[in-house]
Amino acid sequence: MLSGITMGQYIPGNSLLHRLDPRTKMFGVLAAAACILTASNWQGFALAALLTVTALMLSELPFRILLGSLKSLWILLAFTFLIQVFFTPGTVMAGLGPLKLTQEGIAAGSDLFLRLAMLILTAFLPTLTTPPIKLTAGLESMISPFKRLGVPAHELALMMTLALRFIPTLMQEAGVVVNAQRSRGAGFASGSPAKWARSLLPLFVPLFTGALRRADDMAVAMEARCYRGGAARTRMRELKFNRTDFLVLVVTLVVLGAAVALKNM
Amino acid sequence: MSSVIKIENLTHIYSTGTPFQVTSLDSISLDIEKGVFFAIIGATGSGKSTLVQHFNGLLTPTSGKVVVCDIDTADKKRRRNLWRRVGLVFQQPEQQLFEETVFDDVAFGPRNMGLDKGEVTARVNEALCLVGLDPLEAAGMSPFRLSGGMRRKAAIAGVLALKPEVLVLDEPTSGLDPQGRRLLMDLIEEFRRNTGVTIILVTHDMEEVALMAEQVAVLDKGRLIMEGKPREIFNRADELNAMGLGVPAPAELMHKLRALGKKVSADVLTTAEAEEEIARLLSLD
Repeated sequence: MLSGITMGQYIPGNSLLHRLDPRTKMFGVLAAAACILTASNWQGFALAALLTVTALMLSELPFRILLGSLKSLWILLAFTFLIQVFFTPGTVMAGLGPLKLTQEGIAAGSDLFLRLAMLILTAFLPTLTTPPIKLTAGLESMISPFKRLGVPAHELALMMTLALRFIPTLMQEAGVVVNAQRSRGAGFASGSPAKWARSLLPLFVPLFTGALRRADDMAVAMEARCYRGGAARTRMRELKFNRTDFLVLVVTLVVLGAAVALKNM
Repeated sequence: MSSVIKIENLTHIYSTGTPFQVTSLDSISLDIEKGVFFAIIGATGSGKSTLVQHFNGLLTPTSGKVVVCDIDTADKKRRRNLWRRVGLVFQQPEQQLFEETVFDDVAFGPRNMGLDKGEVTARVNEALCLVGLDPLEAAGMSPFRLSGGMRRKAAIAGVLALKPEVLVLDEPTSGLDPQGRRLLMDLIEEFRRNTGVTIILVTHDMEEVALMAEQVAVLDKGRLIMEGKPREIFNRADELNAMGLGVPAPAELMHKLRALGKKVSADVLTTAEAEEEIARLLSLD
């Protein structure tokens, strides 16, 4: 939290992935997720792994940063792995009370672990390689067909832009508050759950009052600039599909087709 | 005089090994003597706040050594208790208030020290009096209902209640009106006179430095550029201006007169001294 980098934060760069249209990237992630989740044999698995590794390579991001996105969710990974390993019925290899280590468990655990890891790694790619503004612009354009059904596309995108904009600010503020309270001897992680929750008050009360104050300021600043949502707003930078985007889309569709074919093999 | 804070070759780098890597402090060596009123000045982003967070072990050097109250902050176990001896008032400390009453908020530190109820109450009342808040009136109020200036005072009281040996204040007067500033600086000066506590003041206000500090350090882009008595420092007006800092108005006036070829002393800090110099200059003409 205090390292100055938040998980999934945009890392500037000029790789192929950085230059793609955000819509292409989001579609790519959905396709990759489909491949990863539907793989039912080793060929399907290999295809999903190939897709993931290719995408990671194309992002040209430092290995540490990619690893960081996994690290941020390691509890989830470890937990699912352990549950699978110990609670899958089958040939018992070792046991400790109700916990039984089974061969099938290890297989199922590794399977789920790999799938989740690949999912997390690819899911972080769009936010790691796209500035938040472009990302939300892409999202808005993707959901705008649903405007006719009464989906407030622009407002949703604006909410996301603002939320993304304030994540680093709030993280930084949290860092300051934590340090200020530690200077008065606050301990943030000890004792029973009730005690622990109480120990977080010195962090959360200032953080929430600060967030509300910022939201107020933001609203005033937007009003002062005569902001009106929705109605035919133009953008500073228009999104444009180019040849690379089409190429990537075609490749993605081919891979998706291959995944379906492999599944029915 | 023995030094209470001893810094050797301190370098601090944020986010090492990422594209966001920033060298915030660059080989700083500094000695702060016990009981002194020490000021740290520098433009925004010069590393002042990073530096003071090394004083109570919140940050540790990327390389170099920081020894505070004879405790090397590299020592994890002993560093953890440094907050009892070095009080650190952050920028805009009123934003860190969180309890339901002013009393509870000021008592947060003393309670974390494990003091008994009577001692906590005594310390809270004493700290509130020190910052000029009436314990009877203010203690039961919600901190969110106080005015901005009073909230700042309540937050500072929360650190004074720790009875630290070293008190570090990071821009304590920023955002206050002129009267609020004067009152707060008077309080700090009085506190120092009565207790002999070492005061370390981070500030942008050169008048405050001229008036109160005994020793000044000037930071620029993470490096220690000058250190000395306020008179020596403010003699170097051109350098300070180039760094985006200034000098107190009387010193600035003398500097300009000298630039016009008038023979006035460079050693002027207060309005009274400036008056004297000008009177002397006029009588010469």
